[in-house]
Amino acid sequence: MGYRLGVDVGGTFTDLLLFDDASGDFWRHKTPSTPADSSEGILNGVEVICAAAGLTPSAIDTFLHGTTVATNAMLEGKGARVGLVTTKGYRQVMQIARSFVPGGLAGWIVWPKPEPLARLQDTVEVKGRMDAQGQEMRPVDDDDIREQLGKLKGRGIETLTVSLVNAYLNGDHELRVAAIAREVMPDIPLSLSHEVLPEMQEYERTLTTVANAAVRPIVGRYVRNLRSRLAAAGMAGKLSLLRSDGGLMSSQKAEEHPVALLMSGPAGGVTGALWVAKHAGLDNILTLDVGGTSTDVALIEHGEPRRVRTTEVGHLSVRASSLDVKTVGAGGGSIAYVPELTKALRVGPQSAGAVPGPAAYGKGGTLPTVTDANVVLGYLPENLLGGTFKLDRAAATAAVQTIADALGISLMAAARGIIDIVNENMFGALRMISVQQGYDPRDFALMGFGGAGPLHVNAVARLMGSYPAVSPVSPGVLCALGDATTRTRTETARSLSKRVSETSIAAVMALLTEMDVQVRAELVADGIPAADIETAFEIDVRYAGQAFEVPMTIDLATLQAGGIAALTARFDAEHLRLFTFNMDTEHELVNLRAVALGKALDLPAHQLPVGDGNPAAAKLRDHTLWMDGAEQAAVIYDRARLRAGDVIPGPAIVIEMDSTTLIETRHIGTVDRFGNIMITPA
Amino acid sequence: MPTTIIQSNQTPFESLPIDPVTLDIIENALRNARVEMDTTLVRTAMSPGIREQGDAFPLIADHKGRMIVGQFGSYIGPFLDGYDGTLEDGDMIFLSDPYSVGGAISHSNDWLVLLPVFKEGRLIAYTSMFGHQSDIGGMVAGSMPIDATSIFQEGVRIPPVKIWKAGVYNEDLIKLVMHQTRTPEWCKADLNALIAACRVAARRIVEMAGRFGDDVFVSACEALLARNHRAMKMLIDTAIGEEPVSFEDYICDDGLGFGPYKIKCTMWRENGKVVLDFAGTDPQSKGSINFLLNENMMRMFFGIYMIMVFDPQILFNDGYYDLIDVRIPEGSLLKPKFPAALSGRTHALGRLFDILGGLLGQKTPEFLNAAGFSSSPHLFYSGADKQGKWFQLFQIGFGGIPGRPMGDGPDGHSLWPNFTNVPNEFLERYFPLVIERYETVADSGGAGLHRGGNGIIMTYKFLEPGQIAIHDDRWFVPPWGVNGGNPGARARKILRRADGSETIVGNKREDIEVAAGDELDFITWGGGGWGDPLLRDPALVALEVDQGLVTIDGARAYGVVIRADGTVDTAATEALRAVQRSSRGDLPLFNLGPGLAALRHDSLAETGLPAPQPPVWGVAAAA
Repeated sequence: MGYRLGVDVGGTFTDLLLFDDASGDFWRHKTPSTPADSSEGILNGVEVICAAAGLTPSAIDTFLHGTTVATNAMLEGKGARVGLVTTKGYRQVMQIARSFVPGGLAGWIVWPKPEPLARLQDTVEVKGRMDAQGQEMRPVDDDDIREQLGKLKGRGIETLTVSLVNAYLNGDHELRVAAIAREVMPDIPLSLSHEVLPEMQEYERTLTTVANAAVRPIVGRYVRNLRSRLAAAGMAGKLSLLRSDGGLMSSQKAEEHPVALLMSGPAGGVTGALWVAKHAGLDNILTLDVGGTSTDVALIEHGEPRRVRTTEVGHLSVRASSLDVKTVGAGGGSIAYVPELTKALRVGPQSAGAVPGPAAYGKGGTLPTVTDANVVLGYLPENLLGGTFKLDRAAATAAVQTIADALGISLMAAARGIIDIVNENMFGALRMISVQQGYDPRDFALMGFGGAGPLHVNAVARLMGSYPAVSPVSPGVLCALGDATTRTRTETARSLSKRVSETSIAAVMALLTEMDVQVRAELVADGIPAADIETAFEIDVRYAGQAFEVPMTIDLATLQAGGIAALTARFDAEHLRLFTFNMDTEHELVNLRAVALGKALDLPAHQLPVGDGNPAAAKLRDHTLWMDGAEQAAVIYDRARLRAGDVIPGPAIVIEMDSTTLIETRHIGTVDRFGNIMITPA
Repeated sequence: MPTTIIQSNQTPFESLPIDPVTLDIIENALRNARVEMDTTLVRTAMSPGIREQGDAFPLIADHKGRMIVGQFGSYIGPFLDGYDGTLEDGDMIFLSDPYSVGGAISHSNDWLVLLPVFKEGRLIAYTSMFGHQSDIGGMVAGSMPIDATSIFQEGVRIPPVKIWKAGVYNEDLIKLVMHQTRTPEWCKADLNALIAACRVAARRIVEMAGRFGDDVFVSACEALLARNHRAMKMLIDTAIGEEPVSFEDYICDDGLGFGPYKIKCTMWRENGKVVLDFAGTDPQSKGSINFLLNENMMRMFFGIYMIMVFDPQILFNDGYYDLIDVRIPEGSLLKPKFPAALSGRTHALGRLFDILGGLLGQKTPEFLNAAGFSSSPHLFYSGADKQGKWFQLFQIGFGGIPGRPMGDGPDGHSLWPNFTNVPNEFLERYFPLVIERYETVADSGGAGLHRGGNGIIMTYKFLEPGQIAIHDDRWFVPPWGVNGGNPGARARKILRRADGSETIVGNKREDIEVAAGDELDFITWGGGGWGDPLLRDPALVALEVDQGLVTIDGARAYGVVIRADGTVDTAATEALRAVQRSSRGDLPLFNLGPGLAALRHDSLAETGLPAPQPPVWGVAAAA
């Protein structure tokens, strides 16, 4: 037993959470991020948090890290220069993409022409062709390959990707190109599409392979730099990174497969929520991670977050598993405005960001934001970050007044309007992941975290009927908590695309068994003891002809016993639940997936002393705020002084270092033994 | 006689004042409900046309049938006027006959489901969705015979009937309809998907009315309509002049050897309203290129182009319809008389957007884009494979996006909302064909300061004998350039037989027999160019030569001389540009190409096809 350190680097702050495996005690710290070299900020934080805990960095066994370094490289186009080898006739696969133009009718007028991730001038074609059964139609020609690679040589490419048509069925031609590339350009790293993503759809497979290659050098530099700086500071423990799907991977593996890190940032919040929920005894949760510019939401059912097969980064959709996190442009910094033409009240997606920020921050911002509305209404009192950060109420009022004037309504009505609309936008995102997926939000609790989540969680829970509304312990550093408490994971997938009548239970079992061996070996190679590894499987099923498949989880014994018929019967039930009907069409098994997981952590959680149910000891002062169209008497509490079992009547505000929890009228907040505040209707 | 609506609760809705915040929340909730309709449909539909390409359109209307959310405007008004039956709780209407809804759906392939939403005995809203079916019977696979001369040749026509009647499902009706199609499995799935989408939205509306109150919901719908009305009024008063402006463009041919057909629109403001007058449009065709244009749909198109720029977040609805007066001559290409064939209507539909752009852009340069909304090119391939199993492919192609004020047009992309291509590996896996080439055609985008997007060449190698059909346009009259930009290249189709012989085939053809090993080059149009090509940065032209998007020869259209090694010959470029500048006249606002006479004269040499014969009028449509 020792110490684990979770570190989440955000745009503004780097959050750290140091966890004592033995006692469950923890320390948290927030320090400004250092975008030029994130390891600066991390090291600053490590020093402070170790000092607070009275230990040296050498006591840290595991350093767990969620990072947006891969995401930012993609978004800002700072990836490596990728050379691409495609099949003859497909040079423009990245240029044409899926021909999709967003924005509806006439959207093409204002849509910027995107530049492909691998430049067209750095793309060459080779002869040779596989057919859709994986049989060779035409052989590759070594001289042709040499000639084409010769064109790329000297162009300044830093990495080479080979993605040939139908290679997901047969990678022989890609391997031949790779062999010659190793001779022609021995120093250039190679990525092959049939290895990175052996799945159908040439554009998506190529994009994913190219994206992986493009971010690899940056992620590699980042990881190696962090490792050496931590080592220099005396930390000898293991460095792991959080994957988009909420699992961990070693930093070495992350260097190889950085495309798995693209949603590492938001995944931290969800894994943190999972840990909190497990201790709080909540099985089904919706998460509401409210930041400055955007809000991330996710759904956790029976302790398992939903995952999707694609990761959306900017306008690109990469085929890599990630937690099903939806993002809306609604956060504390979202700007409210009234368009001249329609006289409607709009909030976001434009954001005041960290600079100039909301008017209330006094950093030069004058436009009305959600934070300003919260200040005007009295939901955000006094200060943020434990007194180091004073809010400018007068500036917030002046900003919100512009909205009131434009709409011809009172200041308070305008402020509450801004809040109602931003809550509604969050509600819209939550609907997409719940109701639209066939889940009833009333079966779920709603957990609000991130800087502003606990401020909105009560109101959004009221809209959804999702109770309790949970303000978790340490809501501001929940991502770091998630980094610290999740488990190692890897997965692989194969396209099968066979109707049930075209395959057999034996064939499917043989493939799954082979994949089982593969993912177990990957974790063993990553230093996980073989005995600690669990594997799980998924088969994507659909009615032959549909575009959308339903992933069905299965274990090998159940599949062997029940056969394919039992699997398709389960699919029928799920289809009925999702879409209200079944069909007599034959079933198709589309993809197979195997997931290997390291040992689940069994960590204790810190518990609060038990109180008498009366939160009076934590009361800071009386307060007034605006709610239900009137001024209301409220009380402000200090979260650090609450005890287990305290029941706080609304309206009330609970403040702590980096977050503020709002309990509305006609609601109560009950403090559980771990310090989570459970808000329910009174 | 109009429809009789049966409500067990006759209490009228009370009109309540709606505060702006509640209104915006209801607007958002409606937008979400609409997104849910799309999601449900795409996930459960089966035909590639809907599931891969997104050819389906949702609508939510208020209790009077006016569209609150959707894309193409409401057809419920015309439906209620023409449907001589009852409508009650538990009913669901099913139809596909364009002539029964004033053209709100424009060919019989679009199946439409309409669900009146009742809450506590009162009609509170409608939800509806239509989607393109892969096959509805008729004389050809795919049911869109381009050479049809009557709608009776275009497959099953469904008048408004009840698929559910007071909660009872009419199974016999569906059996009868499914018996007409070559692809009953796809049609069943797609119809189920349309129904599921309407039900999902209906559920959301009932929830919404429950949450806010029925009267608030209905009043909010009124307020949303009024908001659109206000916004459009302001736009019209400021952006549209009283002086008439006209624009005209052409459909190249009718598939029967005649063409081109002119579509003309004149626009002016009169008594606070915009008039869009299609006088001067050619009479209807004997063939199938007629487009039964619904006036509301035209109002919607106009509104979208206008409003987009000023408040893109606004929810388009029917609220401003009385501000736009659409006049379409009876018996014209855009208002053909029953039973005129309609299956080739996509070309005129697409052309309307080019015309709208040209019309609005004449006076408001911020709107002026080049042409490129050619049509949506179709390819059909059907037959029986070696196991005797029927296969049938219907695929929509894409071309070049026009040059725009903001920059170059993307190459090989879709002008239609939400459409995507079908992955070639998917096509090869599920159909007996190989896609040998899938790239854009160098130099096909019109030269300009902002280049038009290139068209696409897609080479199909057929692995089984079968029939193909091709529907495309812009092969004869080029997509025009603007502000000095050149026109884009025209579409072309080349059939290469397994023995190596090559023929250029027409762009509107049915029933071409293909053998295993035959190849088809399906080449689409390029977008027109925007702005003076001689002002384009020579370094950018050189880069695009390196990328294969422009050739060394093609670079001369920009007055740029590229050496064999790919570098710019600066001196030669300056000299060439000087010559080109002095030899050309003033740059035209529109570059429509050489004109019809020259196009006719050079047709065979330039396109490989003889020029179409001028259309002959006065021939009544064959019944």
